[in-house]
Amino acid sequence: MPRSALTGTRIRERRTLIGLKQAELARAVEISPSYLNLIEHNRRRIAGKLLAEIARELKVEVAQLTRGAEAELLDQLGQAAADLPQAGAELDRSDEFTGRFPGWAALVQAQHRRIQELQDRIEGLSDRLSHDPRLSSAMHEVLSKATAIRSAASILVETEDIDEAWRRRFHRNLHGDSLALAESAQALTSFLDSEDEARAEAGTPWEELELFLESQRFHFPALEEGGAAAAVLAEATELSPPARALARHYLERYRREAGMMPLAQVTAALGAGLPDPARIASELGLPVATVLRRLASAPQLPGQDPVGLVFCDGTGAIAMRKPTNGFLVPRTGHACPLWPVYEALASPGRPVARRLTHSSTAGMPVAAFAVAEPHWPYGAEGPCLSEAWMILLPQPETPRLRAMPVGSACRVCVLADCRARQEPSVMATGL
Amino acid sequence: MGRHVLLIEDEPNITEAMRFILARDGWTVSSHADGATAVNAVSRAKPDVVVLDVMLPGRSGYDILRDLRANPDTEALPVMMLTARGQVRDRERAESFGVSHFMTKPFSNREVLDTLNSLLGP
Repeated sequence: MPRSALTGTRIRERRTLIGLKQAELARAVEISPSYLNLIEHNRRRIAGKLLAEIARELKVEVAQLTRGAEAELLDQLGQAAADLPQAGAELDRSDEFTGRFPGWAALVQAQHRRIQELQDRIEGLSDRLSHDPRLSSAMHEVLSKATAIRSAASILVETEDIDEAWRRRFHRNLHGDSLALAESAQALTSFLDSEDEARAEAGTPWEELELFLESQRFHFPALEEGGAAAAVLAEATELSPPARALARHYLERYRREAGMMPLAQVTAALGAGLPDPARIASELGLPVATVLRRLASAPQLPGQDPVGLVFCDGTGAIAMRKPTNGFLVPRTGHACPLWPVYEALASPGRPVARRLTHSSTAGMPVAAFAVAEPHWPYGAEGPCLSEAWMILLPQPETPRLRAMPVGSACRVCVLADCRARQEPSVMATGL
Repeated sequence: MGRHVLLIEDEPNITEAMRFILARDGWTVSSHADGATAVNAVSRAKPDVVVLDVMLPGRSGYDILRDLRANPDTEALPVMMLTARGQVRDRERAESFGVSHFMTKPFSNREVLDTLNSLLGP
């Protein structure tokens, strides 16, 4: 069965037919191009509101894009059989197989999809390292600067009778090239950590949850109106069971908190300038963490950057993030120790407000609010487990307020003399 | 007049450093930074040897090398290529186009001198 029978491929074919670029369609339905790419390559299931929006943009009926779950299951089984012909699958009995053993058929489908995802991921990573023109260009830039520095340094060291004018010239070149090298190396590491590229390759349940939330812009109108989390979850067919469990927990809390702080209060708080989550929490009688999550779940207001969100557990590992204004958050390991989210972990329950500048935001200040919520799942005699939340609100420069310079993670941070540094930076020690 | 080398390299500080060390070694050095016009630059300068970067604005070093090899006037001209990519297939590609020597960045000044001198012989 040809892959063209799949919904994602039909979306791609229709989009190409009417001359719409992938980025244009993604923008029109307010999802990231990387997520649309996953959909078009049948690596993410699509249904419900997003499918309806895409159908509308493509000027077709939804039914033209999807032939139903059963037909898609048959398509996938046919594709699985075609990918491994030596297995000798009885293609002419696919209908019988799905009818008599729907559970086994669904398992074959899920495993085939997972194999495809992993193969795509491996190919993507390999291709990215080998052929990506931006990576190649970035590497060329770094190595060219290193070459210039090495040549100039050798000349200065090895040429004892060098003319004073040449000496000054090479010193100047060394200075300029070392600065350029630091910038190039930073650009390279930013690229390797780049959100758009890596986000399309969900590997962990948390990453799956993040992609799912991003596909909905972290906003769920149905839940805002009291709808059931299960109904929203039913449409998220792309989630693996572990990611589904995380999503259920997230959506159920979202629904509860939407009732505690309605959307009108959220948009009013964001529309009135820089909100103070602690004050809002006090006025409404809500936990500060609830206010942070509600502010981050608001739809993006006109003229404003989206509210960013970072979540970490008590170990400090960043489990989930909602990006804003290019504020770089590492995908793995701990983030910058200077982030307020860690300060909050040290004092559960106490809100922390800081103004930050991050090298990835080109100096644009960000207002950060964080709080840690303590939990005692083992009772009073058991350990206290904390979860910390931080929101990020890009703000225009206010000269009278000093912003704390921070990085994304020590290994790629350019801050000199940082008292919180936990490991050397490749920016300082070289590649 | 000493032996003449044409540097086709868009990184000015690399060009300057190479110009310095080669000039001290007795070479006559000229340079060109644009890939699109590099072949004409070689025809005009008539160097004894060319140092050719792979990634250039306007045109890749591979394309330039191919054109040089297709021209009877430059088909035997010694060409040393510089690249930030040292993978086997890059080297094989350069060799298939007729490169005389393939050098990976970052290189040392000594390597450059020794290679260029060996390309022209004693």
